[in-house]
Amino acid sequence: MIQFNEYLKPKTIEEAYKLLITKNAEIVGGGAFLRLSNRKVDVAIDLFDANLDFVKENDNYIEIGSMVVISAFEENPILINLYNGFLKNVSETILSFQMRNIITIGGTLYPKYGFSDLITALLVLPTEIYLYKSGKFTLEEFLKTKLAHKDILEKIVIKKENLKTSFQYIRNSEYDFSILNVAVSKGEEVKIAVGARPGVALLAYKTMQFLNENGLNEETIIKASKMVSDEIPFSDDIKASKEYRKKVCEALVKRALLEVM
Amino acid sequence: MKINVTINNEKKELEIAPDEVLLDVLRRYGYHSVRRGCDTGMCGICTILLDGRPVPSCSIFAARVDGHEITTVEGLPEAKDFAKLLAEEGADQCGFCSPGLIVNTVYLKKLKIKKMEEIQIKLIGNLCRCTGYVGQHRAIEKFLGVEK
Repeated sequence: MIQFNEYLKPKTIEEAYKLLITKNAEIVGGGAFLRLSNRKVDVAIDLFDANLDFVKENDNYIEIGSMVVISAFEENPILINLYNGFLKNVSETILSFQMRNIITIGGTLYPKYGFSDLITALLVLPTEIYLYKSGKFTLEEFLKTKLAHKDILEKIVIKKENLKTSFQYIRNSEYDFSILNVAVSKGEEVKIAVGARPGVALLAYKTMQFLNENGLNEETIIKASKMVSDEIPFSDDIKASKEYRKKVCEALVKRALLEVM
Repeated sequence: MKINVTINNEKKELEIAPDEVLLDVLRRYGYHSVRRGCDTGMCGICTILLDGRPVPSCSIFAARVDGHEITTVEGLPEAKDFAKLLAEEGADQCGFCSPGLIVNTVYLKKLKIKKMEEIQIKLIGNLCRCTGYVGQHRAIEKFLGVEK
């Protein structure tokens, strides 16, 4: 189990950042996954009271503070209807309601967890990540970037666009982690993300280009489903082999593309 | 370290270790309805309300709740009504999971959730290894006034 010598609850992100860079410290987001790790950390910095639990909306985008819990997608009136309930449908199937009440946006995105369903879903939406010191990244850039120094995820911004979306997954039981997940969006262009590979979610660029050049129909969907499973790298873990994931990916991508056709 | 917390409407000052989880602290201070199940947040047995929302107390650091409000099953007046229904419907066998289920279900009553599909989404994390859930579902339907 993780061990702390000190547990601090700063009231602002500025205060939290000062603590983070001056001590052997770690940010506590939701804490559920961190608690299961086996390490010693001098200072735990809990953002629970740092005023990062906000959801703001304007005509073009929605801002979500990093300490917003993922059950907000199923209970917050602004978030419920975002992309016709796409994120509500994704979050409702993540673990249990009690866990969704402690798992935070920041605690899921900042560590870039491979098992995350939310990262896969957000990757096909116009999502931006705001880090306190490093500034703005698209989610796609953020997932590829190795930060040179410690930082704090302040908020995410999801732009409102007219997109059709689909999320598919395979699990051993209903509220288990996904063995593989796939998200697709279609606006002017098609985006396909594959997660729980078991590595963190990736966009299938070659396949996306193929579909954007050739359009979406039953023939191109069959071809694209095979292309994705060849393009995306998979690995073995305790849940499934890479060969199994590759086969399942083809089926999930096909289902998702048919839904948005 | 010391934390100040309101538990079941009573203000308390608790002595805790910085890395202690809330479940352990609550049990040490005599709140024995909060039980240890899986210890990973997946079984729902240790559910309490934190500022009115159901959370797994095994997966929260106790220091987090400093200045906040905790409610266990003892602090919910509606709990007795639901416990009576569970007994009437034969939904209590060993009863070990009941406090967590009651806390979560009473929360759903406050939200006035009456659709079974939505109830199942919210209660999927309250596991019971005795009953097979049929009796529990009958009791839940009666308590929440489920629309059929």
